[in-house]
Amino acid sequence: MNGFLIYAGKRFLQFLFVVVTGITLAFLIAHFSPVDPVEQTVSLLTSFGSTDPQSVEILRQSLRELYGTGGPLIDQYFTFWGRVLTGDFGPSLSSFPTPVMTVIGRALPWTVGLLTLATIIAWIIGNLLGALAGYFRNSRLLKLAGIVIMALQPIPTYIIGLSLVILFGFVWPILPISGGAQVNLTPAFNWAFISSVIEHGILPALTLVLVGIGGWFISMRSLVSNIITDDHVVYAELGGVRSSSIFSYYVARNAMLPQVTGLALSLGNVFGGAVIVEFVFNYPGIGKLLISGIYSGDYSLVLGVTTIAIIAVAAAVFVIDIIYPLIDPRVKLG
Amino acid sequence: MFKILRDLLRYNKEFLFGTILILIIVGLIVSSFFSPYDETAIYVVIPDMPPSAEFWFGTTSRGQDVFWQIGASLRNTLLFGIIVAVVSRLIALVVGLVSGYIGGRTDQIIMGINDTLGALPNIPILLLLVFVLRDQMTWSMLAVVAALLGWTHDSRLIRSVALSLRQREFTRHAVFSGMRTSQILVREHLPYVMPIVFFTTMNNLIWAIGLEVTLSILGFSDINRPTIGGMIYWANAHSAMVAGIWWWVAFPMLFVVILFLGLFMLAMSVNEYIDPRSRLARMGA
Repeated sequence: MNGFLIYAGKRFLQFLFVVVTGITLAFLIAHFSPVDPVEQTVSLLTSFGSTDPQSVEILRQSLRELYGTGGPLIDQYFTFWGRVLTGDFGPSLSSFPTPVMTVIGRALPWTVGLLTLATIIAWIIGNLLGALAGYFRNSRLLKLAGIVIMALQPIPTYIIGLSLVILFGFVWPILPISGGAQVNLTPAFNWAFISSVIEHGILPALTLVLVGIGGWFISMRSLVSNIITDDHVVYAELGGVRSSSIFSYYVARNAMLPQVTGLALSLGNVFGGAVIVEFVFNYPGIGKLLISGIYSGDYSLVLGVTTIAIIAVAAAVFVIDIIYPLIDPRVKLG
Repeated sequence: MFKILRDLLRYNKEFLFGTILILIIVGLIVSSFFSPYDETAIYVVIPDMPPSAEFWFGTTSRGQDVFWQIGASLRNTLLFGIIVAVVSRLIALVVGLVSGYIGGRTDQIIMGINDTLGALPNIPILLLLVFVLRDQMTWSMLAVVAALLGWTHDSRLIRSVALSLRQREFTRHAVFSGMRTSQILVREHLPYVMPIVFFTTMNNLIWAIGLEVTLSILGFSDINRPTIGGMIYWANAHSAMVAGIWWWVAFPMLFVVILFLGLFMLAMSVNEYIDPRSRLARMGA
């Protein structure tokens, strides 16, 4: 157990390192940009009327306060960290005066729900089919499934999403193609709302699953086809162990381990997929929030979402790293 | 080299199929150099014409011929991917070889940085950059940024090979015969990692093109330069799907799928060729 603590401690340090680097990078990008968010907002607001120089100067001052862009760089850096640690990114400009964190908090459950579900479904289906395809290499049905899955894999998320929109929204309109739930329903724990959420989630989730399945399928299949030539599998076959037990106990289990690591690594990329999926389906999650924040020039919102994304992805990788030795006893602790 | 190609074309169906798909793309790209219209010009033909003998793929609401636009778009999109792939390969090679060869504390530090960069989510950081740079975010700038983000995984692969090369006899000979470190890395070790470089290039190319398509669809790159994502962006901006101008969206989608499938098939088959185990499996051993 001591070894595990050292291992967990090291991983935790790495997690902190990733978060610090990421947030520093976000800070530097934001502050060394040629575009000054204060001036940008000022010109945006003054273009609607009020051009009294004195009130503009007051506006400029309060915006500088708001964005934390006053004073020397090192002060700004610590101000920024203060904001990250207290979770206070100030009010969102596009939905003033709601705080950025409230806006993000509203969007977060949608993204987390959709991504968790889609990632896990893709992971299970991909690994299962991949393992079967690697083990029963002569099955025609599995070969056909492999070709279809692999053909889907390299296609960009947007293209698959839009194809589904065309297919189920226009050609055969059976599913909603926009939004997270029916607009007239208030979020509540009742069947009408939940079923609406599920209905609206099917196509975005299906898109993510179709995109994600291929990678798991390919790596699992090659892992399994390597393992079935290993001595212990050949020995079990010669010893007359039932092939279903060989498959589940000898082959699939050993192949699972690298796939669990892969799951952690994929979480980082999944966010990218979420942005485009939420854009296509107008899904009210973090990705859509980020895009609309960029379109409307909402500085604090964009910075807030980026920071949350960095922390969330690093945390997910950390959690998987911690669980990993519990699954694989061979992993070196310490 | 030619023998390998001939063998691959003859015995490897994926390679043949991938080559055919890529040749279609290359054909369109070559044809784009003979385009009668300037690739950035708008309102040069009658807008909103469906596919016909005169306009093979129809025309857009911006008065552009979809056929010639596709050619130019594929050229720009592929060029973007190639720039990203080449630049990020160079970074991955230098980092991987140096880290693996020097080893010890240096290796630990370099790999620590490597893993940290690799663990950062690319898309949010890229979008933040796009956000703060706005109009200064040119197409080539985007390529450089993408290249800076896309090498960490491959440098680890290269390092793992370099680590084992360091222990080999010929490395020691090279050291004793007085070769400088840079010479050893370039002349002795580089040839051994080239297969990995080729294979990861394909994957990186696919990743980079996907990134370009994604960002352009969102309107976050140079939208006046025709790219596949840019075409879809303009189609969305004109609500082409709702207006029934399906060819404006369908053809870019079709050709980007062809491009991706082609690259993917080539990557798969080349990977299989490099990995002797799967070659044996194919032969039935």
